[in-house]
Amino acid sequence: MDFLNALILLLNYIFIPALTYGSQLALGAIFVTLIYGILRFANFATGDMMSFGTMVTILFTWYFQSLGISLGVLPTALLAIPFGIFFMILYMLSIDKFVFKYYRINKSPPVQLAMVSIGVMFVTQAVVRIIIGPSDQRFFDGEKFIIKAREFKEMTGFNEGLALKSTQVITVLVTIILVSLLFWFLNKTKTGKSMKAYSDNEDLALLSGIDPKKIVMITWIIAGILATIGGALYGLDKSFKPFTYFNNMLPIFAAAIVGGIGNPFGAFLGGYVIAFSEIFLTYAYKKFFMYILPESMEPESLLQLLSTDYKFAVSFSILVIVLLYRPSGIFKGKVL
Amino acid sequence: MRKNLNVIAAYSIMMALIILVGIFQSWNIALSIFNLCLISAVMTMGANIQWGYAGLINFGIMGYTALGGLAAVLISVDPVQEAWSAGGFDILMSLWLIIAMVLIIRFILKRFNKSKIRTYSIAVIIISGILLIRFSAEPGIEAIEAVNPAKTGFLGGFGLPIIFSWIVGAFFAGGLAFIVGKVALGLRADYLAIATLLISEIVIAIIKHEDWLTRGVKNVIGLKRPAPYEVDLQSTDWFINLIEKFNSGKLELISNLSDRQVELNQLVIEGSSIFVKLCYSGLFLTVVIILLILTQKALYSPWGRMMRAIRDNEEAANAMGKNVVKQHLLIFILGSAIVGIAGAMLVTQDGLFTPGSYRPMRYTFLIWVMVIVGGSGNNFGAILGGFAVWFLWIEAAPIALFLINFFTAGMSETHALKLHLIESVPYFRFLMMGLGLLLIMRYRPKGILPEKIEIK
Repeated sequence: MDFLNALILLLNYIFIPALTYGSQLALGAIFVTLIYGILRFANFATGDMMSFGTMVTILFTWYFQSLGISLGVLPTALLAIPFGIFFMILYMLSIDKFVFKYYRINKSPPVQLAMVSIGVMFVTQAVVRIIIGPSDQRFFDGEKFIIKAREFKEMTGFNEGLALKSTQVITVLVTIILVSLLFWFLNKTKTGKSMKAYSDNEDLALLSGIDPKKIVMITWIIAGILATIGGALYGLDKSFKPFTYFNNMLPIFAAAIVGGIGNPFGAFLGGYVIAFSEIFLTYAYKKFFMYILPESMEPESLLQLLSTDYKFAVSFSILVIVLLYRPSGIFKGKVL
Repeated sequence: MRKNLNVIAAYSIMMALIILVGIFQSWNIALSIFNLCLISAVMTMGANIQWGYAGLINFGIMGYTALGGLAAVLISVDPVQEAWSAGGFDILMSLWLIIAMVLIIRFILKRFNKSKIRTYSIAVIIISGILLIRFSAEPGIEAIEAVNPAKTGFLGGFGLPIIFSWIVGAFFAGGLAFIVGKVALGLRADYLAIATLLISEIVIAIIKHEDWLTRGVKNVIGLKRPAPYEVDLQSTDWFINLIEKFNSGKLELISNLSDRQVELNQLVIEGSSIFVKLCYSGLFLTVVIILLILTQKALYSPWGRMMRAIRDNEEAANAMGKNVVKQHLLIFILGSAIVGIAGAMLVTQDGLFTPGSYRPMRYTFLIWVMVIVGGSGNNFGAILGGFAVWFLWIEAAPIALFLINFFTAGMSETHALKLHLIESVPYFRFLMMGLGLLLIMRYRPKGILPEKIEIK
């Protein structure tokens, strides 16, 4: 019984939150990796682009709510996401046309493109803050919990409760669907394969008749879908605040690099690596050991490896270690 | 003379703008803008050394700035005796443990050849070392933080004049840069950017949460000043006389004696804060000029030519027998040390250390905008960038307000859009920075004052 309690404890406080957080990071990381693999630069505007997509989603959610449209138990935001994606793609394509295209055609070094993306970051940040403001926005509605901690306790008779938020389930489900669609697209369709070829060797791809304009456009479209959905899921699960999104860029980069930048599957797994290690290392294990150890050996301290203040530091340290020993990432990078 | 015409013109325009602020807004605002421009100029010089001279991307400027600030605290604050007696021993113990750990790792690295066993044993030493340090420092940290937590709760510093911290800040930042450089400089450019950005976040996390050292988010306030205090000035005779002499024309117009006294008091209060700011300006200007002379000398020395050679073609420079790795490390340390000076200057000027205020937008990316807009590789350009961008950063809100009022003049005062726009005026500075950066990168990629190589 105690052992099961300990397991439920871990499930409730580590596994489920890490899985959700990891999914959100994974979507962002695939976005970073796609841009890196095909457009060949580190996009520092990642977090702010995600916040732009989320902002549009929120605005549409509010609009639908004011019209009285809702999805019942599901959050209205799910209905608004397609509109968010649409505007996100428009925004990205226009940025590409007015900003990035020039440097791509001139074959500027990646560093210069990264600098340009900083300019885009400033602008996007300004646009988001001017339109929706810098403060916290909540846009979740519908049923909050699938399983409530207290109900779970009453149902099963365990000491530990297990809470399952609907946003967590939605996040994981949507991520699985989206990522499997993406991998199907990249591996099975002709366009997907030509994207891979373009990422592998640009000149060869051009020689074999692949249209670079089309590739770039599709990349931005996929990026827009990933950015909006990733951002909206994060906002639903936690809350929307432009500054948090900017900060999320850092673990997202860490995830993309840890998984091997340029490799979508690596980025997908990298998201979970980062999320799980962050939560594993900062969780206080006192209660866990209270369950599994006999009473005489009960620990006195919190048994926390690192205080939660260092949550970000964990992912960055992992990144630094990976960069030092396997610069191409855990899964070999630069293969789309 | 003619060659430098654009430099002189650009700087004259900049000074004229600041003087205009002095005339139309107030001299207080103008001087505080000027002081922060000088500090920004020091930061951009540091970044320019790394990026302009050597082509190294350092997105960790925020971390070095914060370390400089930490130096200001550690140098100037008086030591907290109770805290030292409560937990000083444990902290020193952990310090020794860290040193021992580093020495052991060095020994292993030197003694044994590269192998899996070596890597794993180093990992084991690091992990067990961290656990040991945590275990041994914990009681000390708790004891220190328990000493009068509302006022101190940390070890304090050395109680020296804060000016010394400018040098110590440079050493702190240089030390960090040495470690970061050893670890990350081998990486490709964009990886280096990301790695340094993340490392600076780690530094900030440590400064924010190690309360025993920095008081963390509780902030350290009331740092000692290198300049006189306003309150003291207002009661010293020579200063009052000075102000009286300065404004004698204005004062004589007032016939009533008591009115004149009131007016004089008002002028003295205003004058004191301007005087203090002028003191700071003098100090900062000295630093900027010294650094400018040194960096200019370095740029046109054989060493500077070598750095440019390395930047432009690493392999060729390597083949010519230049030690690229060593030079990169050196320049990384030098640049970061300059940023550390700026960090200490910033805290000196503010008189307070707020770890929560270190954010990458303000302390990393804004500095980069300055370098790129000003002209990378050209010290005058970098300084001008620091001035121009900081000026715009501060004056963006008034400018935006003016533009909004201008374009929405036809709308009624209570129109929702107008109110919303006026409410979000502070964020237009991001827009201006972004657009400025994008335009400069597109149409003048070498910056306002581009690098020019003179062969004498």
